[in-house]
Amino acid sequence: MELTTIWFLLVAVLFTGYFILEGFDFGVGMLLPVLGRDDRERRVLINTIGPVWDGNEVWLITAGGAMFAAFPEWYATLFSGFYLPLLLILLALIARGVAFEYRHKRPEASWKRRWDAAIVVGSLLPAILWGVAFANILRGVPLDADHEYVGGLLNLLNPYALLGGATTLALFLTHGAVFIALKTTGDIRERAGALAVRLGVGAAVLAVGFLTWTLSIRSSAAAVVLAVGAALALLGGLAAARVRREGWAFTGTAVAIGLAVATLFAALFPNVLPSTLDAAGTLTATNAASTPYTLKIMTWVAVIFTPVVLAYQGWTYWVFRKRIGVANIPQH
Amino acid sequence: MDALDVARWQFGVTTVYHFLFVPLTIGLSVLVAILQTMWHRTGNERYLKLTKFYGKLFLINFAMGVVTGIVQEFQFGMNWSDYSRFVGDVFGAPLAIEALVAFFLESTFIGLWIFGWDRLPKRAHLASIWAAAIGTNLSAYFILAANSFMQNPVGYRINADTGRAELTDFPAVLTNKVALITFPHTLAGSFLVAGSLVTAVGLWHVIRNRGSADTGAYRFATKFGSWVVLVASAAVLFTGDIQGKIMTDVQPMKMAAAEGLYTTESPASFSVLTVGSLDGSREVFAIKIPYLLSYLGTGDPNGTVHGINDLQAQYATQYGAGSYTPIIPVTYWSFRFMIAFGMAAGAIALLVLWSQRKGRTPSSKWLLRAGLAMPVLPLLANSFGWIFTEMGRQPWIVFGEMLTRNGVSRSVSLAEVLTSFAAFTLIYATLAVIEVKLLLRYAKAGVPDVSEEHPIDDTHDDAERPLAFAY
Ligand code: HDD
Ligand code: HEM
Ligand code: HEM
Repeated sequence: MELTTIWFLLVAVLFTGYFILEGFDFGVGMLLPVLGRDDRERRVLINTIGPVWDGNEVWLITAGGAMFAAFPEWYATLFSGFYLPLLLILLALIARGVAFEYRHKRPEASWKRRWDAAIVVGSLLPAILWGVAFANILRGVPLDADHEYVGGLLNLLNPYALLGGATTLALFLTHGAVFIALKTTGDIRERAGALAVRLGVGAAVLAVGFLTWTLSIRSSAAAVVLAVGAALALLGGLAAARVRREGWAFTGTAVAIGLAVATLFAALFPNVLPSTLDAAGTLTATNAASTPYTLKIMTWVAVIFTPVVLAYQGWTYWVFRKRIGVANIPQH
Repeated sequence: MDALDVARWQFGVTTVYHFLFVPLTIGLSVLVAILQTMWHRTGNERYLKLTKFYGKLFLINFAMGVVTGIVQEFQFGMNWSDYSRFVGDVFGAPLAIEALVAFFLESTFIGLWIFGWDRLPKRAHLASIWAAAIGTNLSAYFILAANSFMQNPVGYRINADTGRAELTDFPAVLTNKVALITFPHTLAGSFLVAGSLVTAVGLWHVIRNRGSADTGAYRFATKFGSWVVLVASAAVLFTGDIQGKIMTDVQPMKMAAAEGLYTTESPASFSVLTVGSLDGSREVFAIKIPYLLSYLGTGDPNGTVHGINDLQAQYATQYGAGSYTPIIPVTYWSFRFMIAFGMAAGAIALLVLWSQRKGRTPSSKWLLRAGLAMPVLPLLANSFGWIFTEMGRQPWIVFGEMLTRNGVSRSVSLAEVLTSFAAFTLIYATLAVIEVKLLLRYAKAGVPDVSEEHPIDDTHDDAERPLAFAY
């Protein structure tokens, strides 16, 4: 396989991992006021993701770094082109990251209320905007022959992209509810399980619509298979959620999100950012790539360190595998 | 004002801001790990209290380092896309490796450390803080290697067809002589900050909380911090001296700009104070120490140090007409402020140690005030050091290869950069106030009570037991 293809795959894997992992912590963040009726319950919810959210976010940072190293043109064009959406995502991630750490640092109710709002909005915005951004990547954007984005903001807010945003929102909400059901005990667990089923139906409708539209824009045999797999996994996850088999339900939503992201990348390949104007403007895995020497070095680094990272991140999830409930939340 | 100016201001503001939290994270992660190791070795509860106490301050600060770092990772693409295209082949690699090798390590193990007090065996828990500390220090190395490429490009060639820099020798990029010296200098600067914080907080309690049962712990912290500061001061001097010589070699204009040295001199004297003419082309008044600059720059008291005017003329022939001179007052003063503020912290550490000699308890109000200023001084020194380094490189974004004005994003409008600049400045200013207030609150609260800690017990599963730590 060519190095550029390997790196296309690796970037795809990093974003897939990012959406699976941060997908549920966005979901938990958004459901904070819905499933957390009082402060102790909200603390239970936050503590289900407390030890892992930062590690989840590093998947995004690594994806960004990998794009920069392997496809500098893609990194440069995408982030300067999608300027304002990315700005909003960054502001959201700043607010929610600080909020997790600071929310419980003072006792006043007003203090906590403000940070709760930061967590909700800081999770909601990226959950929508990532869908909008990835839909636009797939659909293609106006790029001139220098690979500069010439579309303006409104170009990004087309119906297909908005459907993409609604889909990621619904998927992450469902994924988050399933995760809460998996990690908590008692009343919260019950409510989260019931909510997951209701959210999941909406997510399934949106996801099927979005993936079908996607395949009508751009498609490949692999993309079709992956899209069907995503739909099946989501339905399987929902069925498991209905009978409160939370482990299977979570596996289902995780696989569904993973396959849905994979569908986008499979449909995109070998392009990385198609131009809707001039074919010369289209960025591909070849014309956006770094030199073979850089890719070779990066491949070695990835081969050696990725398994190590997966091992210790996996271990973390194992260490914090116990369910928690209101009884586990300290008084102060 | 055009988009370029705003983009530059934005980069300066967000990066200086990121670097207000970074030195404390780098230094304090190690100091907390050392304290926890001492608790393991001795079983003395005092060290456990200090671990938890400074650990909390560390975490309040850490959160800010993390969220401001995410902005750094993406703003090269957002505001400096032509720069990113030009150097991506070389510069992207250390950044990606930093994320994969360092950020994962540190973010994962910080999570394990925070929430693992009753979930992990004691040794694994101790190993977690060390892993996180190693991660933060590794991250500094990779990002500094990336930055050093901008100061002294090595291990690359320019592709004539694309006009881009291409990596030819990655080990050379990682062992760039600028990176090898910048790393220890920056670490030393970071320990100066962390040691100062430990000292200042300890001293406040020693003086203000006389007779408290924990005085012993605070006294220890004060001494521990002061020694860290003293060693770090020496290290910062030693490495800074070497850095000056390397800088004179690879970026002679920066050295001339640091000194406001307009004409080439051999031997050159060090300027304690130089006032230049308004257009910045010659000096009007100066106080100087003979031979010192020659020694600092070249290691030889009679060595030649090139002046701004000569270098400007030389660069104009080499690179074409234009100004290759940085803004002299900025480089000149930031260089001096770096040294002065940093050394002031070292001096206060000496006073603090002296005040506690032979078991004495200090009580001076002046000492307390000086002690409280301590953490701020090396923070300022660090900021000025970076402002010097980055402003002294101007007009280049990659020295000798790309001008800053050619690196900016062409597709981003003035309105867009202004929006993001305003948004970041606003949210950063708000968070700064919140974080400082929290730090003060927790610093004043003092060491926690650790008497009712339950040791980890895996033999029976007590599902109702409260978590030892929860958000
Ligand atoms: C507490 C912090 C601190 C202190 C006390 C000092 N420095 Fe420093 N210095 C830094 C913190 C710093 C820094 C912020 O960490 C920089 C910015 C980039 C770098 O490598 O380190 C820096 C840069 C920097 C550079 C620029 C390197 C370049 O651009 O290539 C030189 C020549 C020195 N320092 C030299 C010194 C000397 C001779 C010092 C004392 C006598 C000194 N520094 C004290
Ligand atoms: C090691 C990582 C760093 C990298 C890769 C880096 C990179 C850059 C880049 C690309 C610019 C270009 C924009 C410009 O020239 O305006 C810049 C400018 C600047 N940086 Fe750095 N920087 C780093 C660290 C820092 C730190 C830690 C600080 C301060 C604490 C800092 C302070 C500045 C300032 C003040 C400017 C503005 C200079 C100017 O525009 O005139 N940098 N840096
Ligand atoms: C302009 C270049 C820089 C970039 C792109 C950058 C990137 C980042 C990112 C993405 C994070 C968050 C990591 C997380 O989520 O855990 C971070 C935090 C941090 N950065 Fe920076 N950074 C820059 C400058 C610097 C410099 C100059 C240093 C040190 C010398 C440094 C050291 C650190 C440290 C110690 C943290 C603390 C928290 C952590 O490690 O996560 N950074 N940085």
